[in-house]
Amino acid sequence: MIRRPWRLAAEISAVLIAVVVAFPLYWMVLSAFKPAGEIQSTDAKPWTFNPSLDSFRRVFEQQEFGRYFLNSLMVAGAVVLASALIAFLAATAVTRFRFKFRTTLLIMFLVAQMVPIEALTIPMFFLMRDLGQLNTLWSLILPHIAFSLPFAIWMLRGFVKAVPEALEEAAYIDGASRTRFLWQILFPLVFPGLVATSVFSFISTWNDFLFAKSFIISDTSQSTLPMALLVFFKPDENDWGGIMAGSTVMTIPVLIFFVLVQRRLVSGLGGAVKD
Amino acid sequence: MTHEATAEPGAVKTAAPAAAGAPDGRRPGRGGKRRGGAGRRGSGWTPWLYLAPALVVLAGLLVYPIYQLGLISFLEYTQAQVSGGEPTTFKGLGNYQELFSDPQFWDVLLATVVFAAACVIATLAVGCALAVLLTRIRALPRLLLMMAALGAWATPAITGSTVWVFLFDPDYGPVNRLLGLGDHSWTYDRYSAFALVLFEVVWCSFPFVMVTVYAGIKAIPSEVLEAASLDGASQWRIWRSIIAPMLRPILVVVTIQSIIWDFKVFTQIYVMTSGGGIAGQNLVLNVYAYQKAFASSQYSLGSAIGVVMLLILLAVTLVYLRLMRRQGEEL
Repeated sequence: MIRRPWRLAAEISAVLIAVVVAFPLYWMVLSAFKPAGEIQSTDAKPWTFNPSLDSFRRVFEQQEFGRYFLNSLMVAGAVVLASALIAFLAATAVTRFRFKFRTTLLIMFLVAQMVPIEALTIPMFFLMRDLGQLNTLWSLILPHIAFSLPFAIWMLRGFVKAVPEALEEAAYIDGASRTRFLWQILFPLVFPGLVATSVFSFISTWNDFLFAKSFIISDTSQSTLPMALLVFFKPDENDWGGIMAGSTVMTIPVLIFFVLVQRRLVSGLGGAVKD
Repeated sequence: MTHEATAEPGAVKTAAPAAAGAPDGRRPGRGGKRRGGAGRRGSGWTPWLYLAPALVVLAGLLVYPIYQLGLISFLEYTQAQVSGGEPTTFKGLGNYQELFSDPQFWDVLLATVVFAAACVIATLAVGCALAVLLTRIRALPRLLLMMAALGAWATPAITGSTVWVFLFDPDYGPVNRLLGLGDHSWTYDRYSAFALVLFEVVWCSFPFVMVTVYAGIKAIPSEVLEAASLDGASQWRIWRSIIAPMLRPILVVVTIQSIIWDFKVFTQIYVMTSGGGIAGQNLVLNVYAYQKAFASSQYSLGSAIGVVMLLILLAVTLVYLRLMRRQGEEL
């Protein structure tokens, strides 16, 4: 369909673009391993012959990055589990039942997705203060569950819908209870969708910077990774080695997670868009 | 995918008769769109039971905060009221009056809209162009581009921001050296600072558009495209008359998503321009609201800005709903 020289040109530009797109990540990892002298050289080279772990050491020893990493992981993990379960139930309700206000609810979930969570920082701050949760990980977990839910429900709908009605009929005829159908038949079938959905709630929680900055005010032991990274920005001289090492530590888990679930993610995206 | 989307309502309707034998108590024959499951076992409360956790969480942590946001925006609420030193007083539209008479607000609002529009247009252009490119190349270069995009996509906003600032660092960054710009500072000038943030935003958000649109193009049957090119249609004509209309639903989704994301950029601006740029030249509504509320303790003014943002995005959402309805999507 397309002539050969054109395809070759297209392929070369695709590879070049891939290099440009990947370059910031390469630069991040490279700078994390560069010794201090090379980082502070005005003659920045795209390689190093003296890789060093100094920046990582600084990050983990001076900054307790391990603890922040664990905090981030706990927050994201709790949000992913809770929102997946709650969204699964809700998505089942709106796809497999017909009831009054069903459409209204769906529209509400759609509208809720569009709410700029950043605009809710102020009331959320007072709510968490009133609940006595400021400076605790709960102040990050609770809001993020709420913010991931509408999208998760919306996205899971397609997956729940895709499970044939006949299967449900058959299960009931065989004497399965509604609960049994829900957890032993529907849940495993929808699981790939849950994974795709979880990627989004994981990412948005893992990335959260605004809430961590606003709600974890005094107790830095409850900080998450994005906040810990900021410590390396200094008014006079940024510690770029530390920033890049910290960034690497923060990015790699997400990258691994992404690569692991990419197939499901793409098909999940298809499912969500289709709807 | 587009195909499945249009075929789906039909599929649902054909599934309906299978369940029609079962007694469907409530709302029979609702537009003939009855589906199975519904009340088959006479359990009218079951859906609400399933929905309860979601509704409780959303009511407590979304609806209530929205109500609070609106409320605070009508009050006099600064540090004195928060600490309980002074009573909270009702200010009516006072905060909005103050906000709207502040030229900085209008400047920030304009900057937000222009910046978001530029980000959306650039993201869509890059994403769609690369999606088309992906369809023209063999598996290996395609995989390389996909992997690179996946990497950019997976990068958290904050690390993406730090890396891009470092790349453009006047002293130690490779970009200035490559372009021979000496120690030119990108964040010093308002427009180049916005441009720098725009690069980062496009970098981390084009992959979503690219992957989604690519999946959409792949879903168009190749026979249709071949028939068109056999009939002598030009590439441009094929794109305009076949691919574009079939991609419309997907394009609507990615456009709306991009508008919503780019309108509320916070982390990038905050990190890359150190909290809104020199003298606040790079403020967008989000960062502006944050600075008002948490840096200068004017919670009521910050809330009023939040309400303005909420209303703008609500308007976008309504447009989205209308577009969906017009496409005959069934909820």
